[in-house]
Formats: sequence, structure tokens, C-alpha cells
Amino acid sequence: MHKYFALFAVLLFSFGATAQDTLKTVQIKTNSNSTKKSFRKVTNTSTMTSKELLKAACCNLAESFETNPSIDVNFSDALTGTKQIKMLGLTSPYLMITEENIPSVRGASQAYGLTFTPGTWVESIQITKGAGSVVNGYESISGQINTELIKPVNDIPFFLNVYGSTDSRFEVNTHFNKKVSDKWSTSLFVHGNARVEKMDKNDDGFMDNPLAKQINVLNRWQYTNAEKGWVSFINFRYMNDEKQTGQVDFDADRDKGTTNFWGSEINTERIDVSTKLGYVFPNMPYQSIGFQNAFTSHKQDSYFGLNQYQITQKSYYSNLILNSIIRNTKHRFATGLNFAYDDYNEYLAVPSIADNYDRIDTSVGAFLEYTYDNIDDFSLVAGFRVDQHNRLGVFATPRIHIRYNPWEKGVLRASAGRGKRSANIFAENQQLFASSRIFDVLNTKGRIYGLDAEIAWNYGLSFMQGFNLFNKTADVTVDFYRTDFQNQAIVDLYASPQQALFYNGKSFANSLQVEFNIELAKHFDFRTAYKFYDVQTEYISGTSERPLQAKHRYFANLAYATHIGDKGRQWKFDVTYNWLGEQKLPNTSTNPVDDRLPAYSPSFSLVNAQVTRTFSSTFELYAGAENLGNYQQDNAILGNENPFGTTFDTSIVYAPVFGQMFYAGLRFKIK
Amino acid sequence: MKNILLVLLVSFIGFSTQAQEKKDKNAKREIAVKGNCEMCKKRIEKAAFSIPGVKSAVWTPENQELIVIVNEQKSAVSEIEKAVAKAGHDTEHVKATEADYGKLHECCSYDRE
Repeated sequence: MHKYFALFAVLLFSFGATAQDTLKTVQIKTNSNSTKKSFRKVTNTSTMTSKELLKAACCNLAESFETNPSIDVNFSDALTGTKQIKMLGLTSPYLMITEENIPSVRGASQAYGLTFTPGTWVESIQITKGAGSVVNGYESISGQINTELIKPVNDIPFFLNVYGSTDSRFEVNTHFNKKVSDKWSTSLFVHGNARVEKMDKNDDGFMDNPLAKQINVLNRWQYTNAEKGWVSFINFRYMNDEKQTGQVDFDADRDKGTTNFWGSEINTERIDVSTKLGYVFPNMPYQSIGFQNAFTSHKQDSYFGLNQYQITQKSYYSNLILNSIIRNTKHRFATGLNFAYDDYNEYLAVPSIADNYDRIDTSVGAFLEYTYDNIDDFSLVAGFRVDQHNRLGVFATPRIHIRYNPWEKGVLRASAGRGKRSANIFAENQQLFASSRIFDVLNTKGRIYGLDAEIAWNYGLSFMQGFNLFNKTADVTVDFYRTDFQNQAIVDLYASPQQALFYNGKSFANSLQVEFNIELAKHFDFRTAYKFYDVQTEYISGTSERPLQAKHRYFANLAYATHIGDKGRQWKFDVTYNWLGEQKLPNTSTNPVDDRLPAYSPSFSLVNAQVTRTFSSTFELYAGAENLGNYQQDNAILGNENPFGTTFDTSIVYAPVFGQMFYAGLRFKIK
Repeated sequence: MKNILLVLLVSFIGFSTQAQEKKDKNAKREIAVKGNCEMCKKRIEKAAFSIPGVKSAVWTPENQELIVIVNEQKSAVSEIEKAVAKAGHDTEHVKATEADYGKLHECCSYDRE
């Protein structure tokens, strides 16, 4: 009974979140579907529950979006194998990525940050397309991804997950939970992963995936006092990640800093401490105060052949928020203050640059978000914030979202908003270090690496209609979004294959998505989506589409589960199909013939599949395959014969480098 | 078990103190209201919100119960019940007229006692 009270309080109270988030949380609890879209929510948000995350090999957050059509999973480089994500045709730096509403992947952690959250820790993920809320900051441009981790109060005493795959990656996840008293609960999550064997299936002399070791520990404490209205979380986290990649014959101790063999090491150490305190006023469940604080230290030490890159970021983030109503719950508001402090120590040594880029960024902001809901067919969220930033100046961030239900099961949404951010051009583009490119920042007057802040407006229109087709539940969604950059930190790979140019300029990204979902039978779901992207940038050489962006993509997912039998016995099957149209490639036309790529990549398709056998409610086995068709990119590493020569480039990757991959794992729970 | 007792005790004390102070600015009241579906939910909640001082109104078909938070200095619970009944839904103390019940959409024609 007590637990339900506690749960109720947690549901009512959403830290640093808006009133809509509260609604959303309730929806997760009431719906058993693995991905949920709402007819009532104002923002264009889909919620992925932990069930959805089990559908992919899914070892960490970066890999968990493969069954979600809103997010495109890309292949970032031929070395680290890190999967990059895109939304609305823009890469992850343009998304606000938060963990329980605290910004998590930003600054120094942009390139690998998503791989630092193990999938088993995740309770749910909310993906919002478009401008998003002003509550968490001004940086989001194309959307927001918020991850909720498993709450100690709802957690089970013990969970074990073991995973192994044919690309010689192994993972162990153990979760322990203890209810310390009727008010305190604690969880300890321990994650370890390793890739132990050097593999070179495409015989280019380079490892297809890095050797890797990660240890990741999270201890969280939750305090819940439902009678008095208090909820609190305290999190401690330590993460250490080591990767070694490059030529198979490279021996780090022997060859580092030499031209014997080409190799790279990327070592990251991260400490996070965060606290949240929430108070719900007695007899006024609609009024609450939240206060959250987070401290992060992120340190990356790395070299890529002879190039060196080091970055340390010490951050402090604080957010105070008041949620309440005006007259009644049809009019809600959230208001509060943010403070952010980032101390960067950055050192870069590449042929053209050898310099420290140390900087301290501080910002203070105030926000107000008003929500109107006529409890029928219309709602609106209008948000406004003003920030003062030592580099970006004083600026306003307006955002608006509207929802209208013209008829039953139909929902029309519109949104518009502004975002502004400073691009950490080196941290965000560090795959380019693993090439012979010469870096050149053309602007010199700006305050961030010589560049000015990125400013963009995002506008979106979305229509969803639910209906019954031959007595089957179905829905269709059409989304159109446009992002207009008044100013972007452009990365130009069209000038010369030996150069990476950075400069300010204009660009836009249009994206159209048509999605169709149908429940073919009970436990048998089909999801499909077609996506069109038109992403154009004003380069020095003229306006052109951005490289490595497919104009057309097609996605389909088929999920089937048998009825749950005795003791929870069940089979689950899942197949995902992705087709990617041709992608424009960076300019290689001036390279020697062998190191030239065509102007466009070929189109190709990928199939992933998984089977899960649940033996009881406490034990299950799963096995699956990625890239069943064994599609592999030719010539993924240009100039691999001579990695210290001028044509060497590992960054032009448009398709999987590693072919077919099989994996298997088990999950064991003590409830 | 101890916790349950504690919660009961706390809520009991809570109710009894509320009963003593007649004009609570944030009085939480539970009113039995009959209805069927989501359409009923909208209608019932809208009717409740039409009364000044109603800060929150949530009706669920499962519980057949309208939970309101109302500033009793502005309006009494009986006024909310009247408004809901006027919209066609029987409440604990006020029944809807035959005419108002008849105006309901067919999916909302709940069984009357």
C-alpha cells in the first residue's frame, strides 16, 4: 500500500519537467505497448519503454534506437565503430540529450556519450521531435531525447544480463537493489564490457572494431516520503572507457607516437554526481518545487596516429523549478532558473594546429512555460526563456507547441522554436582526426574557436490519425519539419580530400516522415516508415547537400510474440529492415585513382533479427543477428596502404564496415 | 502493516481537521459520478471547471468518481454536483433530470439506478 502512495507521489512529481511530462509518465504505466504515441500530448513525443530496448542487440543507448523510425542510426567512422544518431537530418549535437531531465551528452562527451549509458539501466526513453521544452535549456534545435533510468523504488532485488557476440564483444550487467527502509531505497548497477580480439574481416590491415574495455558503476539512492510530499534522488557514477584501434599490427607500447604502424587510443574517465529534491505541496498535487544539481567531470585522452587530442570538461548544472496552476489545472505553468558552468581544458595537435583551447563558459537563465488545456480538443504550450552567457551574450529563446484534435483519433500538432549553441567543433567532429586532413578554422573573430554561435529556428507540422482497418488497430502519421540555420558551424569536406574546413554559414534541413503502424493480430505488430531528407548547406564551393546523409530512407519492423503461457513462458520475434538511398560522399576527386570514391554511395539495405525465449518470469535467453545480408562497405579506409600518407581517411563511412554479426545473451531476475 | 496504519491514521487526522475548518482553500473532495467513457470524462470535468474555485477535477470511468480540489471559500461541493448533474450525469446527491440525461450521446447513456 505504502508503495502505491510512493509511486503516486513520484508520478505526480516530475523533476524539472513540465506538466505534460507528468501526463506522459502516467501513460507509460497504463500502456503495455513497447512504443507509445499519444493523441493527447502537445509535443510530438514517442515513448520507448524498456520492452522496446530489448528488441535490438542494444548494449547501450547509442544502439537502442534501431527499432525507432524517428531516429536514424548512422555509422560514424571505420575506427571506433561508434554509432551516431540523427534526427530530422541533423546529428546528435543538435539534440538535447538528457538523463532524467539533466543534460547528459553535451560538450566533451558528444562523440561517445551515448555509449556511456548501458541499455539495461534504462526504464524508458522519450523522443520529442521539434523545438521541445524551454525548461532544460536553450541548446536543443531538432529535438530532445530524455532517458529515465530504473527507479530504486520500483527496482527488483537482482538482475543479471550476460551478452556475447561474434565480433568478440562481451558484456555483463548486474543490478542490485535494496529497500533500506520504508523511505529509502538504493540500486547499484555495475556494467562491464570488453572487446578482446582483433578482427579484420575486410583485410585492409585495420581492425574493424576497436579493442575496448568499459567499467561503468552507478549507485543511486531514492528517498520517498509520500505523506509529507518529499522525493529525492542522489546518484553517484563512475565510468572508465578504453578503446584501442588502428592497424592490426599496432602495439600501443611500442608504436605510439611513431610511424611504424598507425594506431589510436581513446581513453575516457567520467564522474557524475547528481541530486534531485522534489516537494509536492500538501493537498495541492498540481503544485510542486524541484531542485536538481549535477556535477560532472569528463576527461578524454586520445591520439589518432600522430594527431593528439585531449579534452577535460568540468561541469556544474543547477535547475530550480516551480510547477503550479493559474485558477485551475486547465492553466498550468512552470517557471524557474538554470545555472550552468563548464570549464574546458582542450589540447589539439594536428599538422596545422597545435594549441590549447581552454575556456570557461557560464550561463544563467530564467524560464516560464505556460500550458493551456481545454480538457477536450485543444492544448498549447508556450515557453520563453532569457539567458545570459559569457560567450553567447544575452538572448531570448521562445518556443511554442500546439495540439488540436479536429475529430476522433486525429491529432494535428504544430511547433516552432529557436535554439542557440556553441559548437565544440573538435569534440563533435573527432572522427576527422583519424585522417590526414589539415584542419582550418576560417573565421577568427568569433568567441568559440573563432566561430560565432549557432542559431537555428525549427518549425514542425504533424498529423496523426488512428483508425481501424479490417478490424485491426492502425495509425498513420505524417510529419514535416524544417530547421533553418541563420548561422551554423559548417564542416566542409568538399574543398579538398586533404582538408577539413570550419566556418560560419547558413543551412537548412527539411524532413518528411510518413509512418504507418498496424496491429496485424494480437501480439503481432507491423511498423513502417518512409523518410525524406533535404539537407542543404551553403558551402564555399556552392550550395550542396550535406555528405553522408541519405535523401531517402525506408524502415520496417515486424514484431511477434506468442501468448504468455505457464509461468510466463513466451517466444518473441523481431525483424527490422532498413533501406538507405544513395548518400553524397565527401570530395575525393583529386586523390589518386585508387583512393577515390564515387560522388554518391550506392543504396543498400540491412536486416536485423532477434528471437527471445522467456522460460519464466525470471529467466530468458535471446539470440539475434545484425546485418543478416552481410552488406559491407568497400574501401572504408582510404589510403590504408599508407596510413601516414596524404590520402589516409577513416571518416568516410556510409555503411557497416563489419559484416554479419551474431549475438546471444541471457537475462536473469530475482523478484 | 505499521505503515498502512500510519497512512490511515495520517489521512484520518487529515480529514477530521478538514472537517473542522469549514472553508478550506484546497479542499479535496471525492464525489461519486456516473458515466461511461472518455466523452463523459470531458463533459464531467468541463462541468466541474465551470464552477468558480475548482482548481482540479479528474474523473475516471473505472472508479466512477470525480476527485476535485476546490476553494470552498468560493464554492461549495453541492454546486459542483449541480453543474455535473445539469450536464447529464448523476452524482452522489444530485440526480440529472430526465431531459438532461436524454441529451447525452448514446455511448454516454450510463445505467441509472
